[in-house]
Amino acid sequence: MHSVVCIKQVPDSSQIRVHPVTNTIMRQGVPAIINPYDLFALEAALKLKDRYGGRVTALCMGPPQAEAALRKALSFGADEAILVTDRAFAGSDTLATSFALASAIRQIQRDMAVDIVFTGKQTIDGDTAQVGPGVAKRLDLQLLTYVSNIDEVDLERGEIVVQRRAEGGVQVLKTRLPALVTVLEGINEMRFATLDDMFRAARYPLKVWNREQAGIEDVARIGLKGSPTVVAKVFAPQARRERAELIETHSGASSDVAATLLAKLFTRYPQVKAQVERQAL
Amino acid sequence: MSEQAPSPPARPTGRRKVELDPRLAAYKGVWVFIEHERGAAHQVSFELLGEGRKLADALGVELAGVVMGAPGEATRRFCAQAFHYGADLCYLVEDPILAEYRNEPYTRGLTDLVNVFQPEILLLGATTLGRDLAGSVATTLQTGLTADCTELNIDPENRSLAATRPTFGGSLLCTIQTLNYRPQMATVRPRVMSLPEPDTGRSGRIVEHPLGLVETDIVTKVLEFIPDQNRDQAQLAYADIIVSGGRGLKRPENFQLIWDLAKVLGAEVGASRPVTQAGWVSADRQVGQTGKTVRPKLYIAAGISGAIQHRVGMEASDVIIAINEDPAAPIFDFATYGIVGNAMQILPALTEAFRQHLATARKAG
Ligand SMILES: Cc1cc2nc3c(=O)[nH]c(=O)nc-3n(C[C@H](O)[C@H](O)[C@H](O)COP(=O)(O)OP(=O)(O)OC[C@H]3O[C@@H](n4cnc5c(N)ncnc54)[C@H](O)[C@@H]3O)c2cc1C
Repeated sequence: MHSVVCIKQVPDSSQIRVHPVTNTIMRQGVPAIINPYDLFALEAALKLKDRYGGRVTALCMGPPQAEAALRKALSFGADEAILVTDRAFAGSDTLATSFALASAIRQIQRDMAVDIVFTGKQTIDGDTAQVGPGVAKRLDLQLLTYVSNIDEVDLERGEIVVQRRAEGGVQVLKTRLPALVTVLEGINEMRFATLDDMFRAARYPLKVWNREQAGIEDVARIGLKGSPTVVAKVFAPQARRERAELIETHSGASSDVAATLLAKLFTRYPQVKAQVERQAL
Repeated sequence: MSEQAPSPPARPTGRRKVELDPRLAAYKGVWVFIEHERGAAHQVSFELLGEGRKLADALGVELAGVVMGAPGEATRRFCAQAFHYGADLCYLVEDPILAEYRNEPYTRGLTDLVNVFQPEILLLGATTLGRDLAGSVATTLQTGLTADCTELNIDPENRSLAATRPTFGGSLLCTIQTLNYRPQMATVRPRVMSLPEPDTGRSGRIVEHPLGLVETDIVTKVLEFIPDQNRDQAQLAYADIIVSGGRGLKRPENFQLIWDLAKVLGAEVGASRPVTQAGWVSADRQVGQTGKTVRPKLYIAAGISGAIQHRVGMEASDVIIAINEDPAAPIFDFATYGIVGNAMQILPALTEAFRQHLATARKAG
């Protein structure tokens, strides 16, 4: 059983601030983390290895600093880590990113067959959920998105059964390996790194691949050139609303506050009044 | 969409005028993929038809719905509904293989349609189905796809689609264009665009196209579909009134106050992420960036700070009432009405006030 887990290093979005004048992202001091959704993917791969044996390879495309994310993945128990890094990747959109990742996975496959490629559901900075499907199409892998449970893997028959979140329910799907699985949040809980693994991760000779080593000959398919989408404009959201009108009463009693609020609400927003009455009657 | 985050300083690249390859200039028309599951069309498709109508009118082209499904009455009904919501025509692919959604045959069917009939814009809902399909189709067609858009416009300078989407958890917006590739693809979350008024008198023409696959070609099999036990969970995204609670309620028992108010109002219950993570309510009720996008007429938020990740999921609500102890809580920056106070006292008072109002209304009415 050999899984490849794609991870991305992202800025911790809960700590991001926008510069009030220039409307740009202030990244200074914002910690870089493994995309939280990718940790569920990594854990899913590690669980399969616990059960069936085999290997877990962590793969990341990103700047040289992304090495930290891969060392972290190693400390959780990944066996191998590959960083694909090259200035030629700068500006890649989802189509170009999926091309680069798929090429790297093809290189990995030359050394050892891959049964499952895992990705997180989406990233927290790009939020697109497009790279997983893109990689699957390029490698001609069966695509299983939003997987909420891996029910069964039958290595002998080369089959996998999973539960996939759909609108209004869960699909139970059976398909052939190799497959690409995008993992839903909450499918598992990330294990703690052991001391041994942390030491191993710190010393591990990470594989660093440039464009050629990742098997990419055509530069026109990566970076800005390989990206059909262009960012035309970046701007701060307009304040769509004013500050709230605060409800005050002389008495300050909760019942008075509530009565005042209702009176204001129903006078200014008759449609809300109508909705409340319609729904409750 | 840039997977690489736009890097500071945000340098506007300006409008790029691009001579479209003549083969691509032949791509005409706006398409909306009509999503359906379990015999019902997804409302997001109708919302997209409303938006697609505006784009098609701006370009002076036709608006088409794309319906794929098993042969039968239901599938035809989706075409009829597409006409009611503004489509001029429908591309219809009927095949028993399409009875349930699977990536492979849907990708193949939609890709074939695009290659044969050549639309310039293709829109899908940003649902689990829509994102699965859009990513595969865009890669197969080698074209651009912009996810989770909140606004769609036509750039008057080059007639291309300008798709605006939040980035960095909603702290910034970016406008993305696919200049020299066709079709231009985008997904939009449910409830982001408003639902147009249907016109049941409207009709249109149907263009049928074969799928050209046999079941044995398809590797993935659907063994079972397990519907969500609690039907009302899935309703949150479409609720007209929502009462949400946050960590400010302090203890899981206090969350009962949210349920009490919701019951009187016949409302849905929502929550911020810490609350669902602590297990006070099920994860399905989380509102926000990593939860549901909602668009009710009335959203009541108690003990919720209004962090950007929560805000992006609920700020399209018509009226927002916020209850928070801290007068400096960010939620007061965008709520309609604010009550600075202890939610454990305000919520019961509010429940009682609504109860009394409804009792009076009932007597009167
Ligand atoms: C990648 C990512 C994705 C996220 N996605 C989401 C998402 O989808 N949805 C979401 O909600 N969050 C999300 N978050 C979390 C988000 O950043 C905030 O942490 C979260 O919304 C805060 O929830 P809260 O307001 O309930 O809690 P807190 O931030 O703890 O705020 C509690 C509020 O309650 C008030 N309060 C305290 N006691 C009382 C009282 N007695 N009466 C009245 N008010 C009181 C406080 O003044 C405070 O404003 C995400 C974060 C990350 C990093």
